[in-house]
Amino acid sequence: MSDSAGYSNLMQFVLSGLAFGSIYAMVAIGFNIIYNATGIINLAQGEFVMLGGMFLVWGQDELGLPVWAAVAVSVLIVAAIGVAFERIAIRPLRNPSVLVLIIITIAGSFLFRGAVLLVWGDRLFSCDSFLSGDSIWILGAIITRQRILIFGTLLVVGGILAVFFGYTILGKAMRATAFNRTAARLVGINTRTMVMFAFGLSAAIGALAGAVVVPVTGIAWEHGVLLGLKGFAAAVLGGLGNNAAAVVAGLLLGVIESVAAGTISTDYKDAIALSALLIVLFIRPAGLFGRAELTRLGQL
Amino acid sequence: MGLKNLTGLVLLSLAVIVLPYALPDFYFKLIQIGIYALICIGLSLLLGYAGQISLGHAAFYALGAYTSAILTVRYGWSPWLAVWVGIGLTIILALAIGIPSLRLQGHYLAMATLAFGEIAFVVATAWVALTGGPSGFGHIPKWNVFGYRLVPPRADQAIFYFVWAAVILGLLVALNLINSRVGRALRAIHDGEQAADVLGIPTATYKIKIFVLSAAYASVAGSIYAHVSGYVNPGPFSVEHSILFITMVIVGGMRTVWGGVAGACLMGLLPELLADLEHWRFAIYGLILLIIMMFIPQGILLGVRDLIAWSLEKLPFRKADSPGETE
Repeated sequence: MSDSAGYSNLMQFVLSGLAFGSIYAMVAIGFNIIYNATGIINLAQGEFVMLGGMFLVWGQDELGLPVWAAVAVSVLIVAAIGVAFERIAIRPLRNPSVLVLIIITIAGSFLFRGAVLLVWGDRLFSCDSFLSGDSIWILGAIITRQRILIFGTLLVVGGILAVFFGYTILGKAMRATAFNRTAARLVGINTRTMVMFAFGLSAAIGALAGAVVVPVTGIAWEHGVLLGLKGFAAAVLGGLGNNAAAVVAGLLLGVIESVAAGTISTDYKDAIALSALLIVLFIRPAGLFGRAELTRLGQL
Repeated sequence: MGLKNLTGLVLLSLAVIVLPYALPDFYFKLIQIGIYALICIGLSLLLGYAGQISLGHAAFYALGAYTSAILTVRYGWSPWLAVWVGIGLTIILALAIGIPSLRLQGHYLAMATLAFGEIAFVVATAWVALTGGPSGFGHIPKWNVFGYRLVPPRADQAIFYFVWAAVILGLLVALNLINSRVGRALRAIHDGEQAADVLGIPTATYKIKIFVLSAAYASVAGSIYAHVSGYVNPGPFSVEHSILFITMVIVGGMRTVWGGVAGACLMGLLPELLADLEHWRFAIYGLILLIIMMFIPQGILLGVRDLIAWSLEKLPFRKADSPGETE
């Protein structure tokens, strides 16, 4: 293999890795939003992603909606599911321990997965690319328009969130709740509503990620676990709670996984990505970019 | 150990001895359940006493099963020796995962073990040369107990006794531990970690020890499974099974090791009742977990006890004497 062929192969892996990395980054942002608002790691986060993909296919096939409308419908439905999950399963708990919260969110994840299996069966669903047209050559690698769209979705979501958290009253109120719940309540913020809103927002972002990934990988009832775990890996890699770092970490994880799959083995692709999670947990639990925020973690 | 636990053990032993004669068409279904019960005893120590959760115990179960299978089939080792190698490997891996993640608090052990469970499943499926890949491998020799080879189907009864003897032994070890200095330290940690720390209890060390012990229980269960079934493949070791084990412990009640056994029996028999409802499995597990966690967090075993105590108190004709802890 000549050097230039090696280079273009590597470029190919990096660019396809960026697309999956964008998905992981969005899942990681979902983890962060709920974590910041409540201190909970939502183990059902991956199921929001899976549900997003499922409802997209449902909207297109069953309702006959155009793709953009189907995405919107899917995101809204899953956001509603996220809010309902918080209202029904999390809010009624009085002073729950971390253990209880982990078990409740696992129960939720099994429930969502089981419901999808019941309603839609164990098939792999797919749909057409959102953008028609040929793949594009960039820097000596070829990349499909859908993958570019995925990357673009991450940038748009990141941009909107930056504005939302930085400049809107609601976003600032959510940040205040994350920073100090008691103080937030004292200045008149309804923290319970903020928590509910966090679940809705987090589910919506997960659903969006799940919707845009369908044309690339398809979607099936069991896909949520790995998407959730890798998204969590990205969140930890960046430092839990830090959205900007999660974007960088998600993209990095996607590229590592893609290059490892291309150069080492596709069979071990998932194992390699998850080993990255274990290594970071063990060596730098505050994340690659994190300050040693262990005191906050200690509160959990 | 306390009179209650001793009575419990004696009653359980009697039930085990009698069962093959009382229910000859049914008892063999309890072989796999006994193997689950062994895992759940270890897990209930981890959940109920150390207040930690592992979402990757199926990986330790797999480690025991594959170590036993590979050593006995490929290298002709005795099953009795292979178990110990499985335990040894499990301890090393459990330490490697437990020490870093238990230094942190909260969700870290959960996520680290979940990732570890996925990795183990990927490796068991992909490393065909070692594990036989998705189709696994068979011809695993049966246990040789006192010169008596445990071969199904005629030896179902012997296998049943063997598995449940292991469960009773596992209970004995766990109950002894709980009622020792270690158990009291663990209860203190569970009730308030900072307070325990202040009292001079090395909380992190205790949590790591219990995590390793619970992993060892799963490893032994895996070794027994390999020799009982005579065949291993990655199927029974998925992350789904890790969560099934957790569900069993929660259903039975994590505050007592008896809960692990009760939960394994209840949840293990559920597929028998739902034989035609394969697709319902996940939804039902999820629903059961959610309902138990929200309404009966002490689990069915203690839930029933509390219910009895409550109704005795409410009934006018008799004043209940307060029931003690069933630990």
